[in-house]
Amino acid sequence: MSTTVAEKERREISPEKLDEVVIRFAGDSGDGMQLTGSQFTNTSAMFGNDLSTLPDFPAEIRAPAGTLPGVSAFQVRIADYDIHTQGDAPDVLVAMNPAALKKELKDLKTNGIIIVNTDEFNARNFAKAGYASNPLEDHSLDKYRVFQAAVTTMTRRTLEGSGLESKSVERCKNMFALGMCYWLFSRPMENTITFLQRQFAKKPLLAEANIKVLKAGWNFCDITELFHDRYEIPAATLEPGLYRNITGNTALALGLIAASRRSGLPLFLGAYPITPASEVLHELSHFKNFGVTTFQAEDEIAAVCAAIGASFGGALGITASSGPGIALKSEAMNLAVMTELPLIVCDIQRGGPSTGLPTKTEQADLLQVMFGRNSDSPMPIVAAASPKDCFDIALEAVRIATKYMTPVTLLSDGYIANGSEPWKLPEVENLPDLRFEFRTDPVGFEAYARDPETLARPWAIPGTPGLEHRIGGLEKEDVTGNVSYDPANHEKMVHLRAEKVARIANDIPELEVHGDAEGELLVLGWGSTSGAINGAVTDARKQGLPVSRAHLRHLNPFPKNLGDVLARFRHVLIPEMNLGQLAMLVRARYLKDIITLSKVQGQPFARHEILNKIQQILESNAHAN
Amino acid sequence: MPTETTLPTLTKKDFQTDQEVRWCPGCGDYAILSAVQQVFPELGIPREKFVVVSGIGCSSRFPYYMNTFGFHSIHGRAPAVATGLKLSRPELEVWIATGDGDAMSIGGNHLIHTLRRNVGVKILMFNNRIYGLTKGQYSPTSELGKKTKSTPAGSVDYPFNPLSLALGAGATFVARSVDIFQAHLRDTLRRAAAHKGTAFVEIYQNCNIFNDKAFTYMTDKEAKDDNVLYLEHGKPLVYGKNKDKGIRMRGTEMEVVQLGDGVGPDDCVVWDESLDNPATAFLAAQLLPPHFPTALGVFRQVTQPAYEERVVEQMQQETGRLGLGKLDALLKAGDTWTVGGTRH
Ligand code: SF4
Repeated sequence: MSTTVAEKERREISPEKLDEVVIRFAGDSGDGMQLTGSQFTNTSAMFGNDLSTLPDFPAEIRAPAGTLPGVSAFQVRIADYDIHTQGDAPDVLVAMNPAALKKELKDLKTNGIIIVNTDEFNARNFAKAGYASNPLEDHSLDKYRVFQAAVTTMTRRTLEGSGLESKSVERCKNMFALGMCYWLFSRPMENTITFLQRQFAKKPLLAEANIKVLKAGWNFCDITELFHDRYEIPAATLEPGLYRNITGNTALALGLIAASRRSGLPLFLGAYPITPASEVLHELSHFKNFGVTTFQAEDEIAAVCAAIGASFGGALGITASSGPGIALKSEAMNLAVMTELPLIVCDIQRGGPSTGLPTKTEQADLLQVMFGRNSDSPMPIVAAASPKDCFDIALEAVRIATKYMTPVTLLSDGYIANGSEPWKLPEVENLPDLRFEFRTDPVGFEAYARDPETLARPWAIPGTPGLEHRIGGLEKEDVTGNVSYDPANHEKMVHLRAEKVARIANDIPELEVHGDAEGELLVLGWGSTSGAINGAVTDARKQGLPVSRAHLRHLNPFPKNLGDVLARFRHVLIPEMNLGQLAMLVRARYLKDIITLSKVQGQPFARHEILNKIQQILESNAHAN
Repeated sequence: MPTETTLPTLTKKDFQTDQEVRWCPGCGDYAILSAVQQVFPELGIPREKFVVVSGIGCSSRFPYYMNTFGFHSIHGRAPAVATGLKLSRPELEVWIATGDGDAMSIGGNHLIHTLRRNVGVKILMFNNRIYGLTKGQYSPTSELGKKTKSTPAGSVDYPFNPLSLALGAGATFVARSVDIFQAHLRDTLRRAAAHKGTAFVEIYQNCNIFNDKAFTYMTDKEAKDDNVLYLEHGKPLVYGKNKDKGIRMRGTEMEVVQLGDGVGPDDCVVWDESLDNPATAFLAAQLLPPHFPTALGVFRQVTQPAYEERVVEQMQQETGRLGLGKLDALLKAGDTWTVGGTRH
């Protein structure tokens, strides 16, 4: 087969250097686009590019083949510099069928590259995708560069006589497309070959078939004159160190394990499967040899209650879910507030309300986790800024939970949970020291006596002689922890619980402003908008615009200096994937007017969307002057 | 982990707290508390190893009156809290105090899944067939037609049979006793304590305020003998003041027979609590007044590894297979690459 193509037949095209490229792989959900995209990503990461990814898949496991709802896409941005987002508009669209072309085309840059699998471009599929005519022939794609390849046919030919059944042969076609992209962007194939050998270790026939097809895709480009140009994206200048590519959910799981190790507390996860949080359960279930217990509970409530029970027993109790699940957990979260036990509640946010958009991203649970419990129920909130930040934020959540004896909500979202970026691996000894001592001394023990500085009560676990005591959801008497209905005591306890959480502000980094320390406009963000804001503000400053940015990782309590920072700027813009939740909190707390840029399309912000808003604000500002 | 003290001889007093007990005078809960406080010191377990977990309801105030570790959690969730606790600390002795509303209604899901998993906890379900703490609404075990605050014209839904439900969920230990049958209750608690895996004990409990005399048909001195059938392993099912009645199989059903006239104890069902098949236990659980006596005792006791044992075993196996996890290696797993600091 074509791997035997003689060297002399190969075309010599010296690749054109690009500083970045955004590629979107799109096809039917059964076409293996997520795998194709992640392989391209990993190869680029190993090559040394900086990158950022955005998987986008349907909520249905298998929507009808060939239809728009069935389209699954994976976008990756690779660059030779430090990037922050998955990229706004793709330069390249790989469309495995007409539906993929129809659904994803709108985002493609003018003059962008389209690679299509012509085998799927037939009348039946046009009808399913809602095309009246063949888009490859009706000039509707004239402003793009279209490259056609009969991917399915060539895959079949490559595997003729392989002994595989036709269904398995079909499934290899994504490797043909990947091989083409590897050629086009001058990527080595070894990484994927190793992956396939490992993935199909028990099915060598399949491994061999996939590798053959991958190489066939590469050779097809090499030998035909399909592409006239070839590209190369040199390695990025990243900080020296050892790197791996990581998704947010994996980073979160690793962060939790690291926190368990650094605190000496065994990790207990109670969870109920829910998109997009299930990977946290999947990941952690592999690490029993780290003393990790994963409990797949009967429902969301049992998941959090079991975590609370484990915390009571002296474990690091964790639960992970998404908005609908958090709603079910709220009564139990309040039990942890009342019993003042450490608990980590991970909310991997998705589009809502109700079931909403399970596979799409949103950051609209902020007010839910802030206020969504009965009565005055203060609970610290931290939020991850990017996939790799999920690791650090997990350690920070555990630090707060154990030091202050409190449940903590950790916010992530579908975008960073499934998205990935290169992560410089930390040295274990540089991770925060979270060592913790349980109360053991029975002399003078009171269940609700408090540390004068942190106001934390003692963690006194069952099995400790002389510390027998009862806790529960009823109001506690100050110091003793006995049940108390005394009005004055209740008021005191409400204040104490609030004060304890408020004091955490003394123990978290101050808000850092990037750009000028004061001026016309501050763009304030939280959570996964970090990358887009960073990109937009960087672009704006290159244009000479007077704009600065700051990012909140702690949402409750806020950093101590937030009020001062806000006061130093004339305008404050908060881009949020909700209708202005952080804006509401900030306005209420600091009486500062906030401009909200909201986007609730189940998709992260594009850099230019924020840049446009910055320009607009500063322009009208100039007019006003 | 805390160090153990040498075990002093404990008495009932050691398990009493300084908290004023706040159940209504005459409530059946007092009798249950007393029985538990008598049985715990006999078990040879240090006091600090006991944890009593509860949900919400009159019964769920139980932990406050036990001088052990205790957790008064939220409505219906005690089995979930207890499961997390038992998984993280399998060596603890975890007991749950719950009621018919807490366990059968709002917490029904956690109950059946705890039984299914066979978590090593003891569940004492105080069944008074009424909501007491919320002042008298019918419960999932109230009899059909029950007139209460929320059903002035009588309830129109059928009650649960708690033991049938437990057996259906695969419970490995199922028993029933009565608050004021103290000796029997203590025996039943001892049996529950000795069981590995989930022990489910239904305790008929009189709520003298909202559902008084719910069980007098079988607790009254005169009525008792003819309306209670004690299940004793290996013994025929015989009852009645003069031991003149028995339970016999007819086809696939149980029937009451008058003994004598050629019918003897040998014709009655010989009770076997250890059968793998829970069908017979289910039949016994279905014996209900007015046509049958109410069965008390251990309906089922079979041995299966407890959930936490399986969890610990799997953890040990994985640690044996993979070695004790090293954080550094974990972080550096997968495809990594080195960046030298300059462009390649
Ligand atoms: S209401 Fe009934 S169950 Fe509750 S304490 Fe009073 S008598 Fe007991």
